[in-house]
Amino acid sequence: MKRSVPLTIVFVTAVLLIVAFFIPHKPFGDLQSRFLNWYTIVSGFTFLLGLDSLTRHHLVRVFRRVEGWGYSLVLVLALFATMALGFYSWFKFQSPFALRAPFMWLYTYMIIPLQSTMFASLAFFVFSAAYRAFRIRNFAATLLLVAACLVMIGNVPLGSAFWHDIGSLVHAIIPGVSVDKLTALEGFASIKDWLMSIPTAAAGRGIGIGLALGGIAMSLRIILGIERTYMS
Amino acid sequence: MTFWQRISTVDRRILYVLLCLAVALPLILKPKTQVRVSEPVRSAFETVDKLPEDAVVMISIDYDPSSAPEVQPMLIGLLRHAFKKNLHVIVTGQLALGLPLAEIALNQVGPEMGKTYGKDYVNIGYRPGGSAMMIGIGREIRDYFRTDYKGVPLDSFAFMRSVHNYRDIGLLVSLAHGAVAEQWIQFVGGRFNQTIIVGCTGVNAPSLYQYLHSGQIKGIIGGLQGASEYEALIGKPGSATLGMPAQSAAHGLIILLLIIGNLGYIISRRKKKQ
Repeated sequence: MKRSVPLTIVFVTAVLLIVAFFIPHKPFGDLQSRFLNWYTIVSGFTFLLGLDSLTRHHLVRVFRRVEGWGYSLVLVLALFATMALGFYSWFKFQSPFALRAPFMWLYTYMIIPLQSTMFASLAFFVFSAAYRAFRIRNFAATLLLVAACLVMIGNVPLGSAFWHDIGSLVHAIIPGVSVDKLTALEGFASIKDWLMSIPTAAAGRGIGIGLALGGIAMSLRIILGIERTYMS
Repeated sequence: MTFWQRISTVDRRILYVLLCLAVALPLILKPKTQVRVSEPVRSAFETVDKLPEDAVVMISIDYDPSSAPEVQPMLIGLLRHAFKKNLHVIVTGQLALGLPLAEIALNQVGPEMGKTYGKDYVNIGYRPGGSAMMIGIGREIRDYFRTDYKGVPLDSFAFMRSVHNYRDIGLLVSLAHGAVAEQWIQFVGGRFNQTIIVGCTGVNAPSLYQYLHSGQIKGIIGGLQGASEYEALIGKPGSATLGMPAQSAAHGLIILLLIIGNLGYIISRRKKKQ
């Protein structure tokens, strides 16, 4: 009973939704819309579940004085301070997003700089890692390195300036070659465009098709009750 | 330890300082750079440009502050372009933390272009549900958004009275830093044949080119470079154009150090073999 009821619900719901996708008319269309509403309501409640789980986890760490409990305390305080300011702004300014609301002050002067800093610091780690680890150990690594350099230089104005300098150099060596014509070719940018449009898109398509096939296979396994890990 | 070995194992703090200088100096000195407009950005611009007056553009804010330096200039550029063309703009979002960024941009560009909230644009805010919500709007937008973000009913805005689903929306723009743009393409583009353009971070742009080639999206504005290209097309340079010299310098430095690092690696390896 514990297994067969959920498996039946999954099977019936999935079949109904698949039918509704191909026949979006009554009664299936309405049924699909109802399921979508349920999904939205359930996903709204997942926020509450997340809040409960996060608060519990960090409060336990604070009360038990687990190593690093100070961070948990900061997290819990920040969480409730944000919520308090959000609710206050909602009541006072009709929306937390009103520009003069305290929540927006918190957002502008704390959340934006903190998130931007976290993301920006990645650049330093990527930079250091690329310098140390990006080595031309074999043909594939060399290909990757050359492609990366060409995309990097082709994606910024420096590439155009550099290409213009190359054109001038070629013109100095072979006076018959026009600098303007060479500059107009935008060599680095054109190579970058080609790399992004052809090999990258081709690889993307391959990965996309693979993912879709994997998704279909996994969905079928779930619908037919072969894959049951979601029940454990 | 030889010179090349020393170069290969240089202290990472020196690298950090170099990168910091490469980014900071151009931002201080503000050198001028030429912007070359790429085809995906031109295509995105033309898609907006070809919309008839009073058409409705729906912009989805699918990024948060971590990607704002790259994506926010796109939003500002798109709003300027849409308002210049007298298009109506609906702003929504799949990331709750991104919506305040939209509010900041709307409050900057709206008054600047002489546009009024409710008459020319609305911010309908965020609702949970992700792909379910995307599909649901295809039936009736009011099933998910009865009011704007301040709780004002949608029907109290004149232009919103005629907006019910994707048939009434001329263009959907997803400004994303993750896979949300692909969800819009798959669930809304594929199912409702909605015209879509995507603005995304530089990291995400390569994964969207296949959708551009297949015609599932009409344009890509990729990264800070894409944003600066859009600014060049609307003739209003902004923070993206200002940031391009810094990005140029950083890319140049990375390439230079990659060459030096690999030279050191090759020379050290040869010496070891000998």
